[in-house]
Amino acid sequence: MLFKLALKNIKKSVKDYSIYFFTLVIGVIIFYIFNALDTQTAMLDVSNSTREIMVLMSTFLAGVSVFVAIVLGALIIYASNFLIKRRKKEFGVYLTLGMSKRRMSTILLTETLIIGIISMIVGLVLGIILSQFMSVAVANMFEADMSRFTFVFSAKAAVKTIIFFGIMYVIVMIFNTIAVGRCKLIDLLYAEKKNEQLKVRNPILCLTLFIISCVVLGRAYYLVTVELGADFFSRTDLIKVIIMGSVSTFFIFWSVSGSILYIVTRMKGYYFKKLNSFTLRQFSSKANTMVMSMTVVCLMLFLTIVLLGTAISLTRSMNKNIKDFLPKDIQIVSKVNISEKDVKTVLSENGFDMSKLKDVAGYNIYDSEGLTMGEVMGEYIQSTLNMYTFVSEDTEEQIMSLSEYNEFAKTFGNEQLAIEDDQYAIVCSLDSVVRARNEALATGRTINYRGFELKPAYSECQIGEIQLSTNKINEGVIIVPDHVVEGAKIIENSIVADYVADTPEEINEIELYVKDFIESKFQREDVPFDDWYLFYTTKEVSKSASIGIGAIATFVSLYVGVIFLIASAAILSLKELSESADNIERFAVLRRIGTDEKMIEAALFKQVGMFFFFPMLFAIIHSFFGLKASSKILEIFISDGMGLSIFVTAVIIVGIYGGYFIITYITSKRIIKG
Amino acid sequence: MEEILRIENIEKYYGSRSSLTKALDLVSFSVDKGEFVAIMGASGSGKTTLLNCISTIDKVTSGHIFIGGEDITKLKGNDLNRFRREELGFIFQDFNLLDTMTAYENIALALSIKGVGVAGIDSKIKETANSLGIEEVLNKYPYQMSGGQKQRVAAARAIITEPKLVLADEPTGALDSRSSKMLLESFKFMNESIPATILMVTHDAFTASYAKRVIFIKDGKIFNEIIRADKSRKEFFNEILDVISLLGGDASDAL
Repeated sequence: MLFKLALKNIKKSVKDYSIYFFTLVIGVIIFYIFNALDTQTAMLDVSNSTREIMVLMSTFLAGVSVFVAIVLGALIIYASNFLIKRRKKEFGVYLTLGMSKRRMSTILLTETLIIGIISMIVGLVLGIILSQFMSVAVANMFEADMSRFTFVFSAKAAVKTIIFFGIMYVIVMIFNTIAVGRCKLIDLLYAEKKNEQLKVRNPILCLTLFIISCVVLGRAYYLVTVELGADFFSRTDLIKVIIMGSVSTFFIFWSVSGSILYIVTRMKGYYFKKLNSFTLRQFSSKANTMVMSMTVVCLMLFLTIVLLGTAISLTRSMNKNIKDFLPKDIQIVSKVNISEKDVKTVLSENGFDMSKLKDVAGYNIYDSEGLTMGEVMGEYIQSTLNMYTFVSEDTEEQIMSLSEYNEFAKTFGNEQLAIEDDQYAIVCSLDSVVRARNEALATGRTINYRGFELKPAYSECQIGEIQLSTNKINEGVIIVPDHVVEGAKIIENSIVADYVADTPEEINEIELYVKDFIESKFQREDVPFDDWYLFYTTKEVSKSASIGIGAIATFVSLYVGVIFLIASAAILSLKELSESADNIERFAVLRRIGTDEKMIEAALFKQVGMFFFFPMLFAIIHSFFGLKASSKILEIFISDGMGLSIFVTAVIIVGIYGGYFIITYITSKRIIKG
Repeated sequence: MEEILRIENIEKYYGSRSSLTKALDLVSFSVDKGEFVAIMGASGSGKTTLLNCISTIDKVTSGHIFIGGEDITKLKGNDLNRFRREELGFIFQDFNLLDTMTAYENIALALSIKGVGVAGIDSKIKETANSLGIEEVLNKYPYQMSGGQKQRVAAARAIITEPKLVLADEPTGALDSRSSKMLLESFKFMNESIPATILMVTHDAFTASYAKRVIFIKDGKIFNEIIRADKSRKEFFNEILDVISLLGGDASDAL
């Protein structure tokens, strides 16, 4: 009997439940997919270093799951509270009919259980199907072999999902029972009677606050985009900027929602056209109470956009960088100031099999003899100092001779340089250092090295790397004519080479040989790190590390971003729908005085649209500056424009946010039809 | 005199074949331009059903209703909405004002949805408000007004579009006697000076006594009809009471 009643209730309030149900299902899907990722990746055929990265990623995602669980949990409790509020009258009727509170709780419990089980099943089924696509995405990202497709079901993730959502439903049931227990009959029956209080805000106060908020926001934008340094995160500035941004967003919403009516009522031609006056009143009557949630939603959307946008361009840059920055298979460096021997000598003395390497090239770095970055860059170093903590005015420059550089450049894919006897050039890749150095070069700044006065050969830096890396890491090498370094001390010698190998297996074999050789002979743990003098980097290691960073960033931000997106859209939907009881009456009045159905639908569309549009508009403006800041912070990783990532982000956001908007519109349309 | 409303043998059934309720049973009458007609009857007599059918909110089972020569029983969908918007004005027992909007905006809305340009709106609203004595509440919200003021705002909204026919459903139902009297004086004014054709449903004899003609309905049929002509309102009121006592058992209910 109770079960029947519960089932009927659900059917009856399907329109209220649809958003709740939709949110639960998406929650289950996302939770399952990301927790199943380690099982999905376990099936892939990848190298050891990639496997390690995948394990790291799973651990990371498991950690993020805890955070996601908290957000989802709060959302589910919020949504179920909303449903209880909507149904106060119904509970009142049960109580007047003499039903005990205990039985009411049982009905509610049964309802929650039914909804919970259905959403869990639907979510898990969809999650399992969608996670197969995730396998393809992961394989693609890690460049793993996906020639044979295997259907993967992660029992671990399914159990985890069931346990988590199970706990959530139990908490919801407890909350519901408390809510029912606290009900008073009089409140329940007269729940619809509300005291209408329309606060019209002082327009002068609104305008003042609006201007102040805009100025503060502008200042925050300036701080993150212009005054930003790489050590930004370590300073309290970041917290300050976040507070500035959040508070000013709140007050902008506050003042706009409070004064939009004041402004538009003065545009009589617009205000008194069709249902505009009605729609605007609807908006501003609710906007007062919605300022806080609009602010929260706006900030969540902003975070989502920045997270997704940054992660996607990070991954793309990583993949592109592999091709650009890894022209050779291996690089070995000898710190000559410690070993007093070049790489080849060290290797041959220790019995290294040089026949495994081909196309060997190399270079020497000469002692700077006191030539510092401060001297080379002059006052233009300031912006670099703000940006990077590892650079100071006393950082010694790296010196290379022209002929050695040109020889090396040929194999490394850098441009050939031509400089006169009294000139120098700078090879650099780190964007912001390049900019600062260019300013110095443009002034024709001369440097003094070993008693030679040298003028710039080029008014700009030559872009190039001298190390194997997937990132831009060259903060500058000074190239000088050969005669200048005659007799100078060599402090570092480096070789780059390709493996004598054709297949991945052969590459792996040489890779292991080199690793074993260098790590057992030169990087022993009983020798202090400062005394190590032989280092190596390989293409394979850089590649998997690089892909790993990109993949972790993408999956984590996708996970968090989508959850934020769902949470913010669901809050807006529920808020909007919770007003539907009042709206039924208002739209009925419109209908009674003869308003066209089309006009009513258009007004409703505008009304729902405004609540979804405003937070999004400000989130987009925030994101514009947020993405600028993030691409600056991650400059060494991001070599690509953000165009495509913004597009992909937009698709994800429009899909989910737009989906919620449409469901909200359709549901409220159904509600106002009575 | 031009005929505004003509009702021809309308019937309205509720329920299924096995338990049929005849809410309206072959009702016919007509209203001329400039008339002020009250329809009286006890609860369940069918008077509200009749009003709903005239106002196109409900549909008749058979028969025809002509308003300004147009057969509204043949209208459908948006034509109905258009008709309601263009030709009818409504006054409801519970006012039906929009709580989020000021009196001024509530009145303006009736013009806005008709697509009237903004140009003449202001003077028109002020003029109407002035004639109904509500100019001082124009910038107030419904919750700041008394019941009588709300109902006069509703009346202003109903007549501002110059409808062929104003339909009032128990307009004094939620008002105290003083407010009722003021509202009815306003109705009288609307009827005499604009002049608006008013069809009012009520079960209150005092309210009905302001009309020029009263039609009594009992069990879905027209029971009687009396005309005020040159009688004083007091005499007319007594006459109405006489008919109510004739109506029978539920007379006390009708009062």
